[in-house]
Amino acid sequence: MSKIAYAIPVTTAQTPQSTRSDSVSETDPSPNLYAAREPIFPKRVSGRFRNLKWGLLAGMLGIYYLLPWIRWDRGPSLPDQALLLDLANRRFYFFWIEIWPHEFYFVAGLLIMAGLGLFLFTSALGRVWCGYACPQTVWTDLFILVECWIEGDRNARLRLHRQKKLDFRKVRLRVTKWIVWLLIGLATGGAWVFYFADAPTLLVDMITGNAHPAAYITVALLTFFTFLFGGFAREQICIYACPWPRIQAAMMDEETLTVGYRDWRGEPRGKLRQKANDQGAGDCIDCMACVNVCPVGIDIRDGQQLECITCALCIDACDEIMERIGKPRGLIDYLALGDEENERAGKAPRKVWAHVMRPRTIMYTVLWSLVGVGLVFALFIRADIEMTVAPIRNPTFVVLSDGSIRNTYDVRLRNKNGEERPFRLSLTGDPTLRIQLEGTPYDSVPVPADTALLQRVYVVSPRGSDASGAKATGFRFWIEDLSNGERAYRDTTFNGRGK
Amino acid sequence: MSKTPEKQKGDPETTGHVWDGIEEFNNPLPRWWLWTLYICIIWAIGYAIAYPAWPMLTRATPGLLGWSTRGDVAADIAAVQEANAEINARLASTELTQISADGNLNSFAVSSGAAVFKTWCAQCHGSGAAGAKGYPNLLDDDWLWGGDIEAIHTTVSHGIRNDDDDDARYSEMPAFGRDELLEGAEIDQVVNFVMSLSGDAQDASQVAAGSVIYEDNCSACHAEDGTGDREQGAPNLTDAIWLYGGDYATLSETVSNARYGVMPSWNQRLSEAQVRAVSLYVHQLGGGE
Repeated sequence: MSKIAYAIPVTTAQTPQSTRSDSVSETDPSPNLYAAREPIFPKRVSGRFRNLKWGLLAGMLGIYYLLPWIRWDRGPSLPDQALLLDLANRRFYFFWIEIWPHEFYFVAGLLIMAGLGLFLFTSALGRVWCGYACPQTVWTDLFILVECWIEGDRNARLRLHRQKKLDFRKVRLRVTKWIVWLLIGLATGGAWVFYFADAPTLLVDMITGNAHPAAYITVALLTFFTFLFGGFAREQICIYACPWPRIQAAMMDEETLTVGYRDWRGEPRGKLRQKANDQGAGDCIDCMACVNVCPVGIDIRDGQQLECITCALCIDACDEIMERIGKPRGLIDYLALGDEENERAGKAPRKVWAHVMRPRTIMYTVLWSLVGVGLVFALFIRADIEMTVAPIRNPTFVVLSDGSIRNTYDVRLRNKNGEERPFRLSLTGDPTLRIQLEGTPYDSVPVPADTALLQRVYVVSPRGSDASGAKATGFRFWIEDLSNGERAYRDTTFNGRGK
Repeated sequence: MSKTPEKQKGDPETTGHVWDGIEEFNNPLPRWWLWTLYICIIWAIGYAIAYPAWPMLTRATPGLLGWSTRGDVAADIAAVQEANAEINARLASTELTQISADGNLNSFAVSSGAAVFKTWCAQCHGSGAAGAKGYPNLLDDDWLWGGDIEAIHTTVSHGIRNDDDDDARYSEMPAFGRDELLEGAEIDQVVNFVMSLSGDAQDASQVAAGSVIYEDNCSACHAEDGTGDREQGAPNLTDAIWLYGGDYATLSETVSNARYGVMPSWNQRLSEAQVRAVSLYVHQLGGGE
């Protein structure tokens, strides 16, 4: 791994002295502008952060793979999949919630909450999303786990990598690993498409070859890119492809907790044996444990770096070593920039809660909660029946042969229930206005389950009435679900001859 | 004078470019990223060969695959027509009065009829079918030649007073003033009478005189009570709807010079399914009988 120089040199790196110079430096005249990726062989590690990450990995992958299989009964005419993005029918089902296209603001609200949530976590805990929850991290973790099972730990993998000869053992290990990776990729892509169609039906269709080509193409693409990103690209995605690491810096400040190295405690580093006689030596014994476990191949002792995804595995690795040599844990630790200054000055570092609880994070939390409360409120006041009224304006009114004035309205009746409901239309606001439904002599119309029915409605005002003479008269359309008496209304306008 | 900053161990590598003491760090791009660029270039070359790409004088190079947006649209249209062939055949063969009972066929007819209307009829009758002076409003409940589905279908098929179709609906109102069939004063009287038919109060003596003239000259077509005759396309004079206008000046003009509204026949330009579709569309606009 080449060293990326725009890492923020918070601890040890010294900035070059600025001296005016217009000449070209005599150093290396043509440095190489391209570099090959240096493979990284993270060592297996155990500890509290590793355990936390295993737990999160199992939980998140479990949710991802199993969620489409949860059933949820919504009645005979609606799908019984708990979470379903039904793009063809423009419905989004989430357990007891059903989102229609005109309620897309719920999705927008959730995205805003996700954004604010990321701001909150980033300002409090730095790149905690990258380190623990990002799919790229989770799947890479899983792929490295598979790699460890099949090819062995860091040293074994290094030996295998350096072995030039392609013998049977190397081929066997490589092929086995790739097959397992591909199977994981297949499961990943497979699970993805189940969110968009009835999972059991789609699975049978896919196995029997009857599914839509889009399903196969999606699965194939996701399988390939899971295989490529998790198996080979890994940290390259985080460093070169992902914009998020660059954006996150804007949300971090001196109170943000990130993974750091207490160089004032660790330096000067040196081998344990040499140190025995050296009074001034630091705690770091330069065992490289922190470097060996790093999935992005950096040395955390160089300070905060762009590549660091704050996975905290180096903390686990270092803590283990510190315990073994009888030193206090936390040479590498979650640290804020403010802590460094305090500790260098000999003051005690601030407590974790003091970092997390500050105006910025509280503000993010409040905003996040406000959006959430607003969404929940909107969810509860949602009606099962709704209508929209579009007055026809071409023409605004029609004169009938008896001189009465007729207006036409396109009324959309939405029945969100799982069964057909009779809707009765009526109007209030002007006693002379009469309502008439296109295609039926009755004032009610059956609206099928889970459907928006377009019903043309005529409103007629007799000759000589106020409404027929006025330019515009306001009135109110009512719909009533005759099965349970639920009502909804819309205000609109009646256009007369006007003068 | 100037001097480059002294290199220290641990300093990042630079590209060697220095300006005003500012050095450019070297952050080598991964080699594989460069390969993606080359792959994209190769893809682009292949794409430019396979698809229309290079603009020439009259059109772009056609591309080896022979693909074009026009061809794409033509294929789409052909596919839609093929998919609709069966229902169009059904629409053309079903008894006219039975179509509205067949919900699926009816909704197909109405929506395809709306497209036909917007293409062929909206020029005169307006995109909202509200008509204009001399072009009937198709939304109201007043029909010159009949408003049931069969009458509408006949009107659309053959048109009105055109020379192309022997079955076109035909009638002609005499130009009472221009051809000197009535005196100016008589025209005034009959106009007064006609205006009174639809409840517009007029001078009683004029009306009385006009009623005699009406009976002699107009009632043969417009009927004695003024309700018109759909067989001859003679308008109902008692209702509130006027094709050219119901004010005194317009009516005088109509009686003096007559009117001669023309509609093309459509069975020569449109398929039977299209004629039926647009007839059904017009029938369900709000005035169908």
